[in-house]
Amino acid sequence: MAEAYIYDAVRTPRGKGKSDGALHEATALHLATTVLQAVRDRNQLDTSLVDDVVLGVVSPVREQGSDIARVAAINADYAETVAGVQINRFCASGLEATNMAAAQVMAGQSEFAIGGGVESMSRVPMGSDGGAWGTDPTIAFKSYFAPQGIGADMIATRWGFSRTDVDAFAVESQKRAAAAWKEGRFKKSIVPVKDQIGQTLLDRDEHMRPDTTMQSLASLNPAFVKLGDEAGFDAVVMQRYPDVERINHVHHAGNSSGIVDGAAAILVGSKEVGRKAGLKPRARIRAFTSIGSEPSIMLTGPEKVTRKVLARAGMKASDIDLYELNEAFASVVMLFMQLLDIPHDKLNVNGGAIAMGHPLGATGAMILGTLLDEMERRGVATGLATLCVGAGMGTATIIERV
Amino acid sequence: MTNIRVDKDADGVVTLTWDMPGRSMNVLSEASIAEYVAAADAAIADPAVKGVVVTSGKPAFIAGADLSMLQKQTGAAGLAGGSKTATAKAIFDNLMQFNLALRRIEKGGKPFVAAINGMALGGGLEVCLACHHRIVANDPRIQLGLVEAKVGLMPGAGGTQRLPRLMGAMAALPLMLEGRTLAPTAALKGGLVHKVVPAADLIKEAKAYIKAGGKASQPWDEKGFRVPGGDPYSPAGGQVFVAGNAMLHAKTMGNYPAQEAIMSAVYEGLLVPIDAALRIEARYMTTVMMHPTSRNMIRSLFINMQKANKLERRPAGVPPARLGRIGVLGAGMMGAGIAYVSALAGLDVVLIDRTDAEAEKGKDISAKLLAKQVERGRMAQEAASAVLARISPATDFDRLKDVDLLIEAVFEDRAIKADVTRRAAAALPPHAVFASNTSTLPITGLAEAWSAAGRDPGAFIGIHFFSPVDRMQLVEIIRGKLTSDAALAHAMDYVKHIRKTPVVVNDARGFFTSRVFATYTREGLLMLGEGVAPALIENAGKMTGMPMPPLALSDEVALDLIHKINKQTEKDVGGAYRRSAAEDLIETLVVKLGRLGKKAGKGFYDYPTDGRKHLWAGLAELAPRAAEQPSVAELKTRFLYIQALETARCMEEKVVTEPEDADVGAILGWGFAPWSGGPLSLIDTVGVAEFVRQCDRLAQAHGPRFAPNALLRRMAELDQTFYGTAGAEMAA
Repeated sequence: MAEAYIYDAVRTPRGKGKSDGALHEATALHLATTVLQAVRDRNQLDTSLVDDVVLGVVSPVREQGSDIARVAAINADYAETVAGVQINRFCASGLEATNMAAAQVMAGQSEFAIGGGVESMSRVPMGSDGGAWGTDPTIAFKSYFAPQGIGADMIATRWGFSRTDVDAFAVESQKRAAAAWKEGRFKKSIVPVKDQIGQTLLDRDEHMRPDTTMQSLASLNPAFVKLGDEAGFDAVVMQRYPDVERINHVHHAGNSSGIVDGAAAILVGSKEVGRKAGLKPRARIRAFTSIGSEPSIMLTGPEKVTRKVLARAGMKASDIDLYELNEAFASVVMLFMQLLDIPHDKLNVNGGAIAMGHPLGATGAMILGTLLDEMERRGVATGLATLCVGAGMGTATIIERV
Repeated sequence: MTNIRVDKDADGVVTLTWDMPGRSMNVLSEASIAEYVAAADAAIADPAVKGVVVTSGKPAFIAGADLSMLQKQTGAAGLAGGSKTATAKAIFDNLMQFNLALRRIEKGGKPFVAAINGMALGGGLEVCLACHHRIVANDPRIQLGLVEAKVGLMPGAGGTQRLPRLMGAMAALPLMLEGRTLAPTAALKGGLVHKVVPAADLIKEAKAYIKAGGKASQPWDEKGFRVPGGDPYSPAGGQVFVAGNAMLHAKTMGNYPAQEAIMSAVYEGLLVPIDAALRIEARYMTTVMMHPTSRNMIRSLFINMQKANKLERRPAGVPPARLGRIGVLGAGMMGAGIAYVSALAGLDVVLIDRTDAEAEKGKDISAKLLAKQVERGRMAQEAASAVLARISPATDFDRLKDVDLLIEAVFEDRAIKADVTRRAAAALPPHAVFASNTSTLPITGLAEAWSAAGRDPGAFIGIHFFSPVDRMQLVEIIRGKLTSDAALAHAMDYVKHIRKTPVVVNDARGFFTSRVFATYTREGLLMLGEGVAPALIENAGKMTGMPMPPLALSDEVALDLIHKINKQTEKDVGGAYRRSAAEDLIETLVVKLGRLGKKAGKGFYDYPTDGRKHLWAGLAELAPRAAEQPSVAELKTRFLYIQALETARCMEEKVVTEPEDADVGAILGWGFAPWSGGPLSLIDTVGVAEFVRQCDRLAQAHGPRFAPNALLRRMAELDQTFYGTAGAEMAA
């Protein structure tokens, strides 16, 4: 079986996911096209060597529908023989897409495959695609459905993370992101988004608030009290976790992932095709997997999938030099660190989605690229990227520098 | 036709008047449905008929389905005999038969007008919804609603599909899930009916609609029809279900399949055209009918509660009681409440306490309750003043000389009760009945003071009210050893007069309700003593469908009261008394820590003035947490089974003699898991043999309080049930 290597990783900066966001007037097609063209141009890639483009999109409707991966490949002037497929594993889609690309290469299905994602949350809001999970009474009841914010607050309550704790985490994420940008740590992978006359629409993550302090966060009201109390979601989740007296609502916009627009792409290929294309691999994709976890609390998957993927790779948590865990909510990351005994100085060292935002379908590929860049900057060997996922799942990938 | 009168007028308008012989209200029975369908089909087929008016010859329009017909379909003949699949198919086919008939009415090309002269509930309203035009009389007392959920059923004649297609899912769902009714004006506003007219004009207006060429088609049969508010995958429509599912799940804790079925029927039905939607509804209705919950709820909450309200257990041959003036001793919360409900029902009340001030304070409680009713528009000020005028506060026992019934509601203290009993005995007229509102002190013992004063012990009885008296439906009537049939009949007549539901039990410590209810709260205390996390205990209690979790409930009842009762019981029972961790915990909280419960702002919970209550952190020290915690399922089983077992013991000891009394009393008295139909229904549903097996297991794990009694073991051996064969045996 062939090995799969990462040859390149690119991403757009993340625009604010509102109508005044810098990328709001860029179509999702344009964002996806931008990253595909960047992969080609940076590597002088003969795109006929690319067999498939796998893009994660979590709301694949309206302009994000109709297999935007294939359509973007055509729009990016890739060779006609390049196929494309859109996938959805909720928030992990970008990483899952990369894992699928890797699996294609390892199975001999593809020589080069691109994994990535695109999401314009300002143009196609989260939830636009509907879905039975929360709406169909049969499954809503059976799975004790509650929106992710309730799960995040339940995690904070059950494992004892106070409002102060989660706010402190958020402040740190902002600090790290600001420092990383200042030091140019993302330079290698950021591809500015331009309009058709060459003007830059956005060249840096604009969601960041580097001046965030404990005080500024303290003034924010918890975001999920109404959902929890009035809509009854707290009582639903407590039927699943009856050892909790009352959910302590601690999350708000300031300590949860930002809603943003963005796209990312990772060029994955075999050793042979790299040689053919005259490219040097940057890392080997050593192991990857997904797992299902309890859907009601929803966000406890990362620790479980990490244990699973480490076991597959014959490794321990302490063998990993650097971690990236998507900051969907502060409590998610704090729980992960606690359960696996991972220090914060090995995880999300350049900040995370709390500061920079989480463009649903693309994030998984973005944090993998961020991980690789930082591994190279530090000269460390192994890294693990993981994300929590809707409906209770986790996805993880271990990479090894070569 | 015996149930429906068919008249045709000179203009070719047929009027179908529902008027079932021998019944006070029309219902959908096999016979009446068949007649209605036949008459409707005939009218549609008759070229001389222009249209049809549907109305009722009784004060109410149609009260709903004949529930005993439904019980029969799923009863012994249905489920126990034949295969489940065959029964399901028979129920489904039966439902579809009526659905298809109603569709023939809707698509027959002749206008059908419902002239709604009175209450239309459940299937009765569904008959109206399948008419093209609905006119209702402008009587504000008329109630219109799909109320099936209240007895564990769901609308099964198209209601789940027509109501949301008229009003949108957002408005229709709460009405169906809660079984809420609308008065004519609200029904008009909501789009449920087309017109409200004076009762005298009802038929005229209905006929005028037809004669003027009124539409003979339904909105959902017209091209381009869109569900108001959008289907479940429109932006607005989706939110209704996402939030609605959660609110329902939070409320029902998954214990009420009928409500879940309503949600699903509406959700799935709104995604397809009406004919497919009706099949979907029929499938869900079939599952609901075949689920034990619906049968249990219909039996206890409808059939047997009605029987209790109609005084089925009243001793025969006793003439109706004279109820003009009643006396109440003790103007505390209970006494004041008893005075209130009595005055509300038209009785004059003498309310006696030690001082004028205390007696006035009792009357004041009624004044406040009445003021609230007036404020909410539920009563006119005049009526409220008239009620209040009936209550006469006093201190002089001589005022009792023309009282027909006296209710003693003083402190739970033998000496105080004996004293007032003696004084009342001297003043009451010869025919008067003396009733004690004691919640635990055996009646036979309390009657001694009455007999010692030279009164007939047959006239002494227990009438046990529940708090708050103005809202609790149940009254527990306790027969002392010497209580006469006449006194029992008198008490039952009184309870019926004040519009509450009586349940009759025999005399024993704790009677029925207090005794069994106490096992619930006690089990929670025992769990705490074992080291079970308090939050887990409370959530388990909630999840069984009890109205309140046990520790919070104990706080409400008041820990010092519980402590007092424990001490009294210890004294009375003497050597045989077994003290446990439950009593120790209460004593520590009350005596050592001064934590008396909600009224003191602290008990098992803290009750901050500016926030919500929360479990006291000090409980962890009082009852250290066990390393291994039980599953919530095990705790739920313990809560339900200990109460059911204690009820079975009450049956064996003949404290309660009829399963119906036990089940109705349990649900109305302390809110025992209404979905179960009551503690004995629960045992029948689990299966007596299985229940005994489970109790043996629980006894092994948790103690002899779970040991099944001889009655249950015998029933298990003989394959009996409380509502089947054993019921008849036990009455013998």
